[in-house]
Amino acid sequence: MQTNYFILMHHELIIAITIMVLMMIKVGSDKLSNQLVANVTNGLLLLSLVLGFIVQPEGNVFGDMFYTNGFMLLQKNILVAGTLIISLQASTWLKDYEHAAEFYILLLSTLLGMCFMISSRHFMMFYLSLELSTIPLAALANFDLHLKRSSEAALKLIISSAFSSGLMLLGISFLYGTTGTLSFSEVANTIQLNTPLQLFAFVLIFSGFGFKISAVPFHLWTADVYEGSPMAVTSYLSVISKGAVLFVFITLLFNVFALFAHSWYYLIVIVSLFTMVIGNLFALRQTNIKRFLAFSSISQVGFILIGLSGGTHTSAASVVYFIVVYIFSNLGAFGVIALVQGLTGKENIDDYKGFYQHNKTLSWMLGISLFSLAGIPPVAGFFGKFFLLLSGAEKGAYWLIAIAAINMVISLYYYLNIVKNIFIDKSETPLFKLPIAVQPRIAMIICVIGVLGSGLCGGLYQYIFDLVK
Amino acid sequence: MNLSLFIILPILTCLGILFAKGTQQIKWIALFGSSVQLIMSVVLFFQYIQLPASNTPAFQFDAVWYQAWNIHYHIGVDGVSIAMILLTAFVVVAGVLVSWAQDWQSKEFFFLLILLSAGAYGFFISLDIFTLFFFLEVAVLPKFLLIGMWGSGKKEYSAMKLALMLMAGSGFVFVGLAGIYFQSSGAHTFDMLQLSQSHLSKESQLLFFPFAFVGFGIFTALFPFHTWVPDGHSSAPTAGSMFLAGISMKLGGYGCLRVATYLMPEGAHYYAPYIIALATIAIIYGAFATMMQKDLKYINAYSSVSHCGFVLLGIGMLTKTSITGAVMQMVSHGLMTALFFAVIGMVYSRTHTRLVAQMGGLLKVMPFISTIFVIVGLCSLGLPGLSGFVAEMTVFVGSWQNADKLYRIATILSCASIVVTAVYILRATGKTIFGPMTDSHHLALTDATWTEKTASVLLMVGILAIGMAPFWLTNLIAPVSNDIIQHLAR
Repeated sequence: MQTNYFILMHHELIIAITIMVLMMIKVGSDKLSNQLVANVTNGLLLLSLVLGFIVQPEGNVFGDMFYTNGFMLLQKNILVAGTLIISLQASTWLKDYEHAAEFYILLLSTLLGMCFMISSRHFMMFYLSLELSTIPLAALANFDLHLKRSSEAALKLIISSAFSSGLMLLGISFLYGTTGTLSFSEVANTIQLNTPLQLFAFVLIFSGFGFKISAVPFHLWTADVYEGSPMAVTSYLSVISKGAVLFVFITLLFNVFALFAHSWYYLIVIVSLFTMVIGNLFALRQTNIKRFLAFSSISQVGFILIGLSGGTHTSAASVVYFIVVYIFSNLGAFGVIALVQGLTGKENIDDYKGFYQHNKTLSWMLGISLFSLAGIPPVAGFFGKFFLLLSGAEKGAYWLIAIAAINMVISLYYYLNIVKNIFIDKSETPLFKLPIAVQPRIAMIICVIGVLGSGLCGGLYQYIFDLVK
Repeated sequence: MNLSLFIILPILTCLGILFAKGTQQIKWIALFGSSVQLIMSVVLFFQYIQLPASNTPAFQFDAVWYQAWNIHYHIGVDGVSIAMILLTAFVVVAGVLVSWAQDWQSKEFFFLLILLSAGAYGFFISLDIFTLFFFLEVAVLPKFLLIGMWGSGKKEYSAMKLALMLMAGSGFVFVGLAGIYFQSSGAHTFDMLQLSQSHLSKESQLLFFPFAFVGFGIFTALFPFHTWVPDGHSSAPTAGSMFLAGISMKLGGYGCLRVATYLMPEGAHYYAPYIIALATIAIIYGAFATMMQKDLKYINAYSSVSHCGFVLLGIGMLTKTSITGAVMQMVSHGLMTALFFAVIGMVYSRTHTRLVAQMGGLLKVMPFISTIFVIVGLCSLGLPGLSGFVAEMTVFVGSWQNADKLYRIATILSCASIVVTAVYILRATGKTIFGPMTDSHHLALTDATWTEKTASVLLMVGILAIGMAPFWLTNLIAPVSNDIIQHLAR
């Protein structure tokens, strides 16, 4: 093995080393310090992130199964940064948890799978890494071991994941049957128009993807799984898992199946329409804040799909940019909610009435994250949504943009409802002043700076745009 | 004059408020910041009138913001922008002064108020449609929080309704913007100067003009999307109402003129009859609806619907004088309604009621406030010598220049609404200010404090300046409306 390979796969190597170090710590020590485990993980993730920006190689490994360039590295950096923030936020929950090491090992395993998935250039590598990213997630969903709803969430996740993976595998096998190859570049060259079986294979693969990103009609697992999982896993599912799959989706749609563009355009437009509308309509009725965030993330995916439908260079850049903004906004909101749920056990939207009376900082942090999710300036969510909708309008689908604008108004209603509960409503029993530990505080500050800064500075978008191939 | 100062200074004031300790410090920082802003606006005005006449905006500044989308932070001013900046400066200072007694959560209150003003200033100096849209939407959340937290009456309902309807307006504007961006000939750009040179096909204009105009129109109480105005203005705290009615509604009028009409002239010509019809309905319906109101704030809110109808009428008529009149009406009505809301706020904070029936003979106990009340009322019904007359007169003269039968009928009907205005103003004034006292508790009321007097005099100066010597305002606006008309004629 040449050192070349180490440099090309440095993200994956560092994550794999972290997993092994954690396993050795767990096996080798009598009395495990969770703080040590957390620090090791955070430190190595930070190292991986820093190296990801400094060392930017380009090339392929394993006979063109694994390929990396600046764009892939950016995507992996985004995922690693998001995982770091989640790990910081989960530190208080994990401090006294007896299976903390297992949590990190499983989390990093999924992250490893996602990194491989982003870099895959071969359907076999892609499917392997997809499974690697999915199965530990199901175990993670069960981590509130004493709660029945957690086990229910895990079972729902693993069964639906297995089913959708099966569908995707059927699609891949049909593709292999008709093209004789599994490599992305060769498939792109071999597929032909007017071949029904290839189109059907694409639809099956699309269904597998649709499940992972919670597009309608593959969204039914989302609310129950988000509600049942522990907060850290919910945040991970909602941003990192979705983000990784969307990144691969970009590659798949724009590079591999570029020939079918006129077909998948209509498919994506209709799916995005339903996703936005159904996500919004269901979010209006929710009273549990975790379920609410599940449906709001479904409607965000609807917007992302609109951006994806544009099919151009700027569309890809807009989607990646929105995912960055979405990570900051969603994790900012989840951070506050996780803190509240961890210290008081309250998950209902009505419990947030009068939150501002004793928790000014947390209220503003949650407020800013919600404004970003709603798409209101000056926070970055506005820019993200604006660019997504502009990308969608590139092909002339102004009716879709009009419907999206109406959906933004509907979504504004339910986000403002929470803002109203926090800032405006008074309560006899408002939540007491919650202490914020150091690590969650750092995570929340990162999120707020990210949300405020990534919109007002044009540099981030330009950086992404320059890297898109 | 560096125009970015108009945005930087409010932000600095907001930061100062954030770090201030104690209500006194907060109030004085807010007052200081907004007064400096006012001085800067006046300086800008004098600098502008000394420049030689030209068709391009002055004091321009351009920096690339998002290169991939060709979005620039491009700012510059011309006569209309300066008129609106002056309006904003006057109203914000008056608003800060009138809210001097605001002690509950004053830090957040003044922070949000100054943030709102930053959004308004940014809107008026933008020459790039994306930047314009950005500043338009920045204001949504501060308005929601201001009404919801410090308002009165059914404030949560009004705040939510206002936020949702204004967001719907923004959504429509966005569709219009996307259309302009993609359909303009030449390279895709958001820059207003470049877009005015390029050409949109007639089909695109006919499709996107309604989106842009209705979107901005929602901000200016275009009938039938005006329903957020009465509840929103009445439930808001005094400074909030002043800002909403005085400035926020003018954002829509400015957008209708500069973005919808200027960039899509064929669309403007085609849809002009509809705009005039809706504007006339707003004027008449607003006036009649006001007659039915029993609450002072609702009276003013519905009369704002009616008066802003004049703005849309002037824009719809598409003659040089009518557009000049529309902009003058924006400035005049902004000052007038801000002052009216300020006075109503002063009365309410003393009598704790806004119902006309429960008040009477206030002239005896509050001479200063009553005098201002009467003057503002007379301005609203268009008494010569005050700004309302000049603005409305200009709109009518401009509208009459269109010989079309429909347009003449619309003009006559709008003129007739002045009679209705007189009815509700004189009735409200007569009952509350003159006449016998209805409540003996009112005998113990105090007159205006120094802050309230300063605020009233400030706005009054503006109203009289326009009313007595309108030439300074018309000279400012006329070149721009000339330019607009010539652009439309091409």
